[in-house]
Amino acid sequence: MATLSATQPGAMSAPRPMPDYVDGPIRAFAIATMFWGIVGFLVGVVIASQLAWPLLNLDLEWTHFGRLRPVHTSAVIFAFGGCALIGTSLYIVQRTCRARLFGGEEMGWFIFWGYQFFIVSAALSYVLGYSQGKEYAEPEWFIDIFLTVLWVTYLVGFGGTLVKREEPHIYVANWFLLAFIITVAMLHIGNNISLPIHWGSGFSYSAPAGVQGAMIQWWYGHNAVGFFLTAGFLGMMYYFIPKQANRPIYSYRLSIVHFWSIIFLYIWAGPHHLHYTALPDWAQTLGMVFSVMLWMPSWGGMINGIMTLSGAWDKLRTDPGLRFSVTAVAFYGMSTFEGPVMSIRAVNSLSHYTDWTIGHVHSGALGWNGLITFGALYWLVPALWSRAKMYSTRLIEWHFWLATLGIVLYITAMWVSGIMQGLMWRAYDELGFLQYSFVETVAAMHPYYVIRVLGGVLYLTGALLMAWNFYKTITVAEAHEAERDLAPARAVAAE
Amino acid sequence: MLKKFSHGMIERNILLLGVLTLITVSIGGLAQIVPLFTVETTIERVAGIRPYTPLELMGRNIYVREGCYACHSQMIRPFRDEAERYGHYSLAAESMYDRPFQWGSKRTGPDLARVGGRYSDDWQAAHLRDPRALVPESIMPPYAFLDRPLDTRNIQRHLQAQATLGVPYTPEMIANARADLETQARPDRDPAGFQSRYARARQAAFDGNPGVVTEMDALVAYMQMLGTLVDFRDVTPEQLRQQ
Repeated sequence: MATLSATQPGAMSAPRPMPDYVDGPIRAFAIATMFWGIVGFLVGVVIASQLAWPLLNLDLEWTHFGRLRPVHTSAVIFAFGGCALIGTSLYIVQRTCRARLFGGEEMGWFIFWGYQFFIVSAALSYVLGYSQGKEYAEPEWFIDIFLTVLWVTYLVGFGGTLVKREEPHIYVANWFLLAFIITVAMLHIGNNISLPIHWGSGFSYSAPAGVQGAMIQWWYGHNAVGFFLTAGFLGMMYYFIPKQANRPIYSYRLSIVHFWSIIFLYIWAGPHHLHYTALPDWAQTLGMVFSVMLWMPSWGGMINGIMTLSGAWDKLRTDPGLRFSVTAVAFYGMSTFEGPVMSIRAVNSLSHYTDWTIGHVHSGALGWNGLITFGALYWLVPALWSRAKMYSTRLIEWHFWLATLGIVLYITAMWVSGIMQGLMWRAYDELGFLQYSFVETVAAMHPYYVIRVLGGVLYLTGALLMAWNFYKTITVAEAHEAERDLAPARAVAAE
Repeated sequence: MLKKFSHGMIERNILLLGVLTLITVSIGGLAQIVPLFTVETTIERVAGIRPYTPLELMGRNIYVREGCYACHSQMIRPFRDEAERYGHYSLAAESMYDRPFQWGSKRTGPDLARVGGRYSDDWQAAHLRDPRALVPESIMPPYAFLDRPLDTRNIQRHLQAQATLGVPYTPEMIANARADLETQARPDRDPAGFQSRYARARQAAFDGNPGVVTEMDALVAYMQMLGTLVDFRDVTPEQLRQQ
């Protein structure tokens, strides 16, 4: 049980002197998270608008949907999500180990600038026409090699800090973060084995072809979700929710079961992206069975996160940052239920290739990854800049409702359009002919694509409010002093 | 034994935690990926599959470069409606030389696995230049910029790299890569040598302009051969069986 005390500093023994934590690069990562979030959401709104109004492709080779779509996915997953994960992991590992970052300031800044260089070069390369043509693994071989070197450095910095820890136990958040770093390294290397046509060319051919290439890609792709967007963010959950609620993790035993079962089962789930394809049936069946099993550890994690609030539910009313984190875990529960359902072959035959999949990933990305990151940032920014609290609680509440409403519009629009299109493709008329031509099903999507744009705009607006709130928190120290005087009065009024 | 085990042991030892994690996350991938390379029936034993011609290969690279896979699948599933809309379900053999595979995961536009020969070359080129001129409801971006000369400087290296990775390009094919590329896009050239190297490959001015080999030529040549290599009249169920 000793690990649990990490959330209650000072509960076990007399206060020890704090190490000189490396925080400069973490502040930079917090700002970069906010910045890339806004860029990623904005590009998302742009490409969603292109699907509603194709004139917005602008007739240019650099701005059409095909080249901008990987800019959007990379910006939100790797830039927004990646900066959030690396930044918070470096914060968490130092605090929970009571140890200064291995490699010090230089290590932190190298990881920060190296990662920014990776983001910018990847985005530029897509726009200029370099792509490996594999979803979420679009960067070409030279960028992949750079990222491998950077990622190993990150592993050394993170692992080195664990090695020199002063706490005897490694806190549960760090298990998840370590699994995220190790597994992403394995997946990245495994899925990017390719041969450049010559060493002076940015162009390469992937080593595996066809069916083997597809299996390796979705082993990678699904576990980019499983380890980047799930295990890593669960590490954030296991640190920030106890911090925000000021309660220990609900169950230590459950976190052990949660950790080992989720990392074992997730890896098997990839083939559910390849149902009814030329992938042999045995592999599809394995993928389906493990995806359904994955539901259990996912909900185990959700229960562990939400029940951490036991005895602190009232905080949901007064701390909108915590509200973000808890709503995030609820969305996590929803999308990790929807995922196993969609991995069942009979359901998948309808949902696959439609917008239902797009809605599903966005309930995960906007609901789980986005909201938990916002929750962590609202806690972290005042902590990193030594402020008593955020500049404006009202703005956080506005952000919360704009984001939530945006997600609801987005995912409901995609459910309707996805299920509708899936049904239209397989509809027959009374004479036994296919009822709809393909393009009729495209035209039917238009209203839902407009609603999706609206949802995205709301989500983006919320993020802009957050950016303004951070700016004021960081730069205007005296303003929040005034706000603090008002706070007790408002809390009383709300009772 | 079980009584002695305590998870605290793993929590106190970073090396143990790291190694156990690596082992745990390796098992599933190994179990699913390795057999695909070792079980021979994974790829169906059908006749007709050949490597891409140099022009088709360059067209395929343009397809990848522009991110067509974001909206078009190349994988027909074994359902009645897909058979009627697109044709015979896709075989693993049909993408055995595809680097990278382009099965896709979204159909914002229709599946393209058997689009070859469904429309004329002129239709394809005109549709790529301005999709809404032919299909008013379409939401596809226009690709008029593909009417520019194709960069063929590295064509031999493209075939050589593919051969290194196991595609059966012969030294003769590699040596004639540039000539074959130009011959396919210029109907005035003698196609005999080209067609002896690439069975059932079609020679045409794919973009309507026989003078210059353009990116449009390459992309249309690629699309016009998609799904045309296997003649399903000759295929037996035994050949299609996968394990």
